[in-house]
Amino acid sequence: MPVQYKGIVAEHLSVRSGAGIFDISHMGEIMLSGAHAADFLDMALTNQASSLSVGEAHYSLMCNSQGGIIDDLYVYRIAQEVFLTIVNASRIEDDLSHLRNLIVEWGKDRVVNVIDESAKLSAIALQGPEAVRFIDGLFDMKGLIRVNMPSQLAKNQIDVFLFNECNVYAACTGYTGEHGFELVGPNEAMVDLWNRLAELGVDYGLAPAGLGARDTLRMEMGYPLYGNELNETVTPLESGLKYFVKLDKPFHGRDRLISMNENGVKRRNLAFQMSSKSPPPRGGYSVFVKDEQVGVVTSGTQSPSLGTGIGMAFIEVPHANIGTNIEVEIRGRRFPAELTKKPIYKK
Amino acid sequence: MSNIPEELKYTKSHEWVRVDNDMVTIGITDHAQGELTDIVYVELPEVGRKLAKGEQCAVVESVKTASDIYAPLEGEVLEINTALESAPELVNEDSYERGWFFRIKPAESLDPSTLLDSSSYAAEIKEA
Repeated sequence: MPVQYKGIVAEHLSVRSGAGIFDISHMGEIMLSGAHAADFLDMALTNQASSLSVGEAHYSLMCNSQGGIIDDLYVYRIAQEVFLTIVNASRIEDDLSHLRNLIVEWGKDRVVNVIDESAKLSAIALQGPEAVRFIDGLFDMKGLIRVNMPSQLAKNQIDVFLFNECNVYAACTGYTGEHGFELVGPNEAMVDLWNRLAELGVDYGLAPAGLGARDTLRMEMGYPLYGNELNETVTPLESGLKYFVKLDKPFHGRDRLISMNENGVKRRNLAFQMSSKSPPPRGGYSVFVKDEQVGVVTSGTQSPSLGTGIGMAFIEVPHANIGTNIEVEIRGRRFPAELTKKPIYKK
Repeated sequence: MSNIPEELKYTKSHEWVRVDNDMVTIGITDHAQGELTDIVYVELPEVGRKLAKGEQCAVVESVKTASDIYAPLEGEVLEINTALESAPELVNEDSYERGWFFRIKPAESLDPSTLLDSSSYAAEIKEA
């Protein structure tokens, strides 16, 4: 996937107003299957995979024993005993070795297969308000799970469709904040699928979009990026991801998160928006309240939709409150900003 | 293909240099603005600042990244393009004219052999 095709801002605005198509084949796909796959995922991840119906998906986190985030991922239940997980490209090996170690500890007489399908599967994200108007042209046959057409998928639903005699998963999920779809299928089908989408989208403002726009789109929504906001020393509670952590069921890393939840976190990752004209904030810049350094920027850019600098930062408690005025230091000068709710950009 | 006017001189770090009598105007090349993509902020040196050759003296920021701009020769800053404060996109739209960065009075007469001519610069970006 290139950083850009025509230009980051143009691609970004196409996704917000029409539709954009992203090659996200770099993402990892790990399949978990077997009679105990749901129980295993409940133990391995913070969210409760066993609560998903077939054809449903949710966001989840994989933590180490200290509650640090090994990876953030999407979990799709594609059959009663089969889960597709989409993981970060840079984390595939770490995820696999962690999951396999957990199985050894946990699963002596239980049945779970963990298979890395990343080399065989490709993925395309089709995102934007117009996407729903032409995606149905991809498939002739109805979905195998519940819907007739992908346009009928509700948020976080997935179904399986036939394309070029291959099974292709279509899910109503994404990383842009727009209504859209993620399509996963065998490598040999996905080039044709990309080209077919390009034809179908001609009259709907469809544009190819690159990694640069993917990054600015997710920042406007305040979505974390592994390696920027998340890493193995950061917990979901500090990252504002408590909603995806079910502390009432056992999972790897829970003990630490329970004690952190009771004692309170020392820092929180929050979104911010620059209050006036400034250079774009960038990861690594220091954040001040009065003359005290209280945090550090994890991601930042100039928002193409808002025309101002935006970003996310780890801010120390007690300064980590929405509405707090902060200053971001850029090349020795400090520029005012305000901690804001996520998403930073709302339609 | 990038636009590389023949009458200008260039640096390997993608600045262009226009010499008019004893004043030198500096900007970034069409190739550079294309690589940087959408430019959203330009930080320029103060008028009167004395620059050493090769000194970092300006910053150009795109949505994607921040890049340093270097003084192609020694001299004093005479004038800066204040239009870029409110319209940094001029660098994308017209990098050799309305998108100029700053003008300096060279400390010594310009030695053209230290800069690239248009064909050398064209070869330079072809290799990159």
